[in-house]
Amino acid sequence: MNGLSRWQRPELATWPGFGQLSSLREEIDRLFESPLAELTRGSHLLSGWTPALDMFEDKDNVYVRAELPGMKKEEIDLSLHNGTLSISGERKQETKFEGAEVYRAERFVGRFQRAVTLPTTVAADKVKAQYKDGILTVTLPKTEEAKPKQINVNVA
Amino acid sequence: MDTMKATVQRENRPATDRPDREAYVSPEVNIFETRDGYVLEAEMPGVNKEGLEITLEENEITLVGRRRGEALPGEALFRESRDFDFRRVFELDPAIDTAKIGAKMENGILTLTLPKSERVKPRKITVD
Repeated sequence: MNGLSRWQRPELATWPGFGQLSSLREEIDRLFESPLAELTRGSHLLSGWTPALDMFEDKDNVYVRAELPGMKKEEIDLSLHNGTLSISGERKQETKFEGAEVYRAERFVGRFQRAVTLPTTVAADKVKAQYKDGILTVTLPKTEEAKPKQINVNVA
Repeated sequence: MDTMKATVQRENRPATDRPDREAYVSPEVNIFETRDGYVLEAEMPGVNKEGLEITLEENEITLVGRRRGEALPGEALFRESRDFDFRRVFELDPAIDTAKIGAKMENGILTLTLPKSERVKPRKITVD
């Protein structure tokens, strides 16, 4: 897949809370009625939190987008190293409902990390990131050498 | 205490009961009960205030979140996100004062506050 690798630190897989176990039935339902793509994400039971990631490309930029609802901007870490973009962070347990009775706890709490290998070289100093409505969008401008060029060949 | 289980969702509604079940995904939720009422948080990345529809019918509350984000330009190299809108239905505890339900949308999380009506709140009775 375009030399793309996905990697996740194995110890990130945490034991699911009881709230998540109680939705086991729902998870099983999903297994039977959903397309294969569903199996690779959304299932905290197996993998901790694996936020959905998209990567797009046009002439000038590579775009990476991740669904990270309920984060604070400061809690999202981005790094670019050897052509690999890593997105990581931690969603902390909120304390405002301490002592309250919990009926459902399906939302993931803890650390996550996703990494993608970029298809071309990008200008690391011009990378921009925006976080809006729980979605992180990273725009990575391609280096001049990486942009497609029209080459005119004069045929004699 | 059965009435306390309240905001429990009807997970296994018959398929015919859902409008076009292909078109929605179920958001993940947390539900807490405090002395004053319930708090429900639902994860709806890509949904803003304008994309939210909350309807109340008898003792059922329906949450619908429509994704309003713009598509990324260019060609997809890798795609895991889905365009499906969010929908989930909850049955409400009769103790909830439906006139006072509040909703807030922030960073893709919907937070509903569902206060209990005054008459059902626990109170101390002093004996003279």
